[in-house]
Amino acid sequence: MPRFLSAKTDTRLITLPWETPLAEWPEEMLVALPRGISRHVVRFVRVGKEVFAVKEVLEHLARHEYRLLRDLTRLDTPSVEAVGVVTDRFTPDGTVLDPILITRHLQFSLPYRSLFSRGVRQDTVNRLVDAMVVLLARLHLIGFLWGDVSLSNTLFRRDAGAFAAYLVDAETGELHDQLTNGQREHDLTIARTNLFGEFCDLEAGGLLDEALDPLVLVETIESRYRELWGELTGVEEFDGSEMHRIESRVRRLNALGFDVAELDITTDFAGSTIRIQPKVVDAGHHSRRLIRLTGLDTEENQARRLLNDLDYYRARTDQQNADESIVAHQWLTNRFEPVVNSVPAEMRAKLEPAELYHEVLEHRWFLSERAGNEVPVDQAARSYMDTVLSQLPDEKLNLSGMEAMGPLANPFDPSQGFVDDEVDKPYDPWETESDDDTPEEPATPYLDIAALRRAKG
Amino acid sequence: MATVQFTDATRVYPGADHPSVDKLNLDIGDGEFMVLVGPSGCGKSTSLRMLAGLEEVNAGSIHIGDRDVTDLPPKDRDIAMVFQNYALYPHMTVGDNMGFALKMAGVSKAERQQRVEEAAKLLGLDDFLNRKPKALSGGQRQRVAMGRAIVRSPQVFLMDEPLSNLDAKLRVSTRTQIAALQTRLGVTTVYVTHDQVEAMTMGDRVAVMKDGVLMQVDSPLALYDNPKNLFVAGFIGSPAMNLIEGVVSADGISVGDYVVPVPRETLAHAANEKNLVLGIRPENFDLGSGNEGIGIDVDVVEELGADAFIYGTLAGTPDIDKLTAQQIVGRISSRTPPHRGTTVRLNIDPEHVHVFSKATGNRLA
Ligand SMILES: Nc1ncnc2c1ncn2[C@@H]1O[C@H](COP(=O)(O)OP(=O)(O)OP(=O)(O)O)[C@@H](O)[C@H]1O
Ligand SMILES: Nc1ncnc2c1ncn2[C@@H]1O[C@H](COP(=O)(O)OP(=O)(O)OP(=O)(O)O)[C@@H](O)[C@H]1O
Ligand SMILES: [Mg+2]
Ligand SMILES: [Mg+2]
Repeated sequence: MPRFLSAKTDTRLITLPWETPLAEWPEEMLVALPRGISRHVVRFVRVGKEVFAVKEVLEHLARHEYRLLRDLTRLDTPSVEAVGVVTDRFTPDGTVLDPILITRHLQFSLPYRSLFSRGVRQDTVNRLVDAMVVLLARLHLIGFLWGDVSLSNTLFRRDAGAFAAYLVDAETGELHDQLTNGQREHDLTIARTNLFGEFCDLEAGGLLDEALDPLVLVETIESRYRELWGELTGVEEFDGSEMHRIESRVRRLNALGFDVAELDITTDFAGSTIRIQPKVVDAGHHSRRLIRLTGLDTEENQARRLLNDLDYYRARTDQQNADESIVAHQWLTNRFEPVVNSVPAEMRAKLEPAELYHEVLEHRWFLSERAGNEVPVDQAARSYMDTVLSQLPDEKLNLSGMEAMGPLANPFDPSQGFVDDEVDKPYDPWETESDDDTPEEPATPYLDIAALRRAKG
Repeated sequence: MATVQFTDATRVYPGADHPSVDKLNLDIGDGEFMVLVGPSGCGKSTSLRMLAGLEEVNAGSIHIGDRDVTDLPPKDRDIAMVFQNYALYPHMTVGDNMGFALKMAGVSKAERQQRVEEAAKLLGLDDFLNRKPKALSGGQRQRVAMGRAIVRSPQVFLMDEPLSNLDAKLRVSTRTQIAALQTRLGVTTVYVTHDQVEAMTMGDRVAVMKDGVLMQVDSPLALYDNPKNLFVAGFIGSPAMNLIEGVVSADGISVGDYVVPVPRETLAHAANEKNLVLGIRPENFDLGSGNEGIGIDVDVVEELGADAFIYGTLAGTPDIDKLTAQQIVGRISSRTPPHRGTTVRLNIDPEHVHVFSKATGNRLA
């Protein structure tokens, strides 16, 4: 009988075919969503209306990853959500199967391979790179050493014209109170190698814009990370007459989307030199404010955009002195909800509500420019749905992009490469030898000391 | 020439109240395969990162060859850190999958090609170089990953648990291949694992660590035959060495109603201790007869080819204590294995009795 380890088990998961190796699960249960390459067998499974990602993996790794993903969720750091671990799997003939880690499929997520699949503009790549850098810095701020930074282990969601990055693979992670510089450098070294390999792969597949150079890209990631880290944690020293620099440091961090929870300020004996260093910074400056005012849970840039619109609404309705939360409530019911609710049901899986609202605002700006006067929001929303939204693919479960990734050898697993006509197997002296004469080593957990004495003695 | 030398190397993490690596002294020979092993948190990865230049050395020093590298940045150390990067890129050829990091390092195309070809020859992958990796078997994928490290031709390889996410079978075959390749290449290698079987089968020498302290460094057989203390004795070997407490008597140590013979010279080292710990490996037991040997109530018998493992508790342990009592394991010839539920006597090969101080945990010479 399989065993479930989880906080609260979704009973529908219990009936999945745990006694079958994941690679052989019936196709009608699976969804072929684009995804990153992986070493383990990973599949997306549809259960009712929900989709889960399931990965077959060694027990200690499954438990480790489950625990770390829960920690990341608890620490409010963008990652996929761990649902449970299934152990004690056996086939009907008694063969032991590896445990399975279940995570919830991250809705509206875009793996990099599908973002790049149609060729990609430089500007988009820069935004992806920025999102990746923010994710890495956020992980490092909470003391998380990733150990396997890569595009394949990152998911992207649209965020008001930019992207927000999520961690998807925590297998090699470690959580400490605080990372040392060496540990962060370790992650950066790994990031450089993996990302360079991934960009070269896209280049080899003809998917990378010719203007983009893998080496420049990884160097950009590294330098942007260092810049951001410096801003988030660096020491700043200035003259006692420049006290405004405290305020500007905080504002700069807010603009980057971070709140300063603790700022260390020291002065020298005479009080003429001030030294400041942020000690605790929390990501989500705008999204936290938006959620407090409206209950809307969005990405950081979406929140920034919506808050701007809220400010604008307040000015337009001449309520500068009214209580902020009352105005926010009005904005929600009079502006935001009518737009979102006007989307026909069949188009709702195309964009998230906050992203849609952002798009409508963009569209309105465009229409107003063209008309030379301000177009009302409801009119802009209608026009957007007719002319733009209806043409977009569904991204809640992003099924597009698969075909552009090439005819896959296995539609459920991009790691197995593409269908092509290389059928003959090249000569491999190692495997040919081992097929004939090396006896299979018995899989006992014991140390075979006699064999060791023979070998070393 | 690349020896590696840790001298009193110490690392204290900020905010920690004790060192994670405490005065590590370790000399690694040119071309040696050194394995660092120990339980989770003992400081293996930290030691490796100190050598890589990724973790500050708070006290002591590190040398590679004659160079003091203690304060050198990682890129100036001529080492290659091999991490679990096995992702094979589907659009790239096997050759490019092996050589891409060289490209990033700015190595010329001609030299890249030459190094990749050499590595491929060494790995039996010559015929795959221009293929896409899609059809590679698990073992071949592992070899491409090794190729990635080999083409960097550094002075020292550093590997941190490179096999931890492989299934049991692939792990066994890959560790043999890594060890064989390392011998052929002759590149000094420091390899970290928490798995003592892996450490013992791969290492020229094995350094056992616990709580940031080096417990013993020796060849695998020396560790097995002469563990310096209780920790090493219990950590190396599986099933583990039996560590049984007994009372010192005139010509041995008594366990239950039997006195295990121990040379007087050994006992003489036991200052004033009344109780000592006997260490007996499972294979150094034999079925005894009459009153000779330690009495054991047999709970489980497991036959394994020519041998049988018996698991039990000291004879006379009351039933209600049996579950929590220390388990004794013996490996005996399976010609006449005892039945579970019986009581047997286990004789001890006097050549192979290990004796430890209970107070210090150290071996009595
Ligand atoms: N919860 C999820 N939501 C959306 N996509 C997911 C989810 N879990 C996994 N994926 C997709 O599946 C891919 C493989 O998953 P994952 O990285 O966990 O596998 P892996 O075998 O551990 O990878 P690696 O080879 O990096 O160790 C990811 O790149 C991602 O695109
Ligand atoms: N950034 C940090 N801050 C404080 N303590 C840390 C930090 N990083 C590691 N440690 C601690 O240092 C000790 C040694 O860690 P290290 O990772 O070297 O152990 P390890 O032997 O490699 O363990 P494992 O087998 O789990 O990888 C552990 O107790 C760990 O918790
Ligand atoms: Mg992954
Ligand atoms: Mg480690």
